[in-house]
Amino acid sequence: MDELITAIIGKYNYWAFLILLLIGLHAMISKNNLVKKVIGMSIFQSAIILFYVSIGYKKGASIPILSHGHGPEPIHQTAAQIVAGIANPLPHVLMLTAIVVGVSTLGVALAIIQKINRVYDTIEEDEILEKIKEC
Amino acid sequence: MSWDSSLLWQFDFLILLMVIICAVAALTFKDLITCAVVFGAYSFFMCLLWTEMLAVDVAFTEAAVGAGVSTVLFLGTALHIRRRAKD
Repeated sequence: MDELITAIIGKYNYWAFLILLLIGLHAMISKNNLVKKVIGMSIFQSAIILFYVSIGYKKGASIPILSHGHGPEPIHQTAAQIVAGIANPLPHVLMLTAIVVGVSTLGVALAIIQKINRVYDTIEEDEILEKIKEC
Repeated sequence: MSWDSSLLWQFDFLILLMVIICAVAALTFKDLITCAVVFGAYSFFMCLLWTEMLAVDVAFTEAAVGAGVSTVLFLGTALHIRRRAKD
């Protein structure tokens, strides 16, 4: 039982990821305001980025920059020792692309919201659906 | 250079808690400009979280793009549409 509790609490990063994912999904499904839906989409995206960065994390490691990379002194560590001392940078690099793609989809979504507001004079979903039904 | 980040789990826990609180608050407020500003605070806490999780390059990008550009986009949209949301 104690092992189970420590296993659950020890993975608190993944629980935070799950909570943020559900908050974003709930906002995308049940909020009526289109801007709130877009905020929910952004929260969903950053939750997934949190998951990938959590995968690359190592306990007791340092940031993925080599010290003395170009220095005159010889490196006394083997490659395996160097790799064990730094966090895995591969998920970080993939998530850089994800952040930039995320902000571009955000920009397109907000532009479409402004266009919808100009045509229908509202951004509440139910009012838009009523106005579509009328005409 | 050998910074033992495993000592900082309380800090990690506090930032994760603040991130979740900001996410809920950004969806709760009815004023869209308040939502935009709280969402900027959410992005800033995410940026702190990336730095603390040894992903400094992601933290730079999040600070410039997430906390900077997307807050400006949200504020610009909130100024062009009706400010009050129904939910």
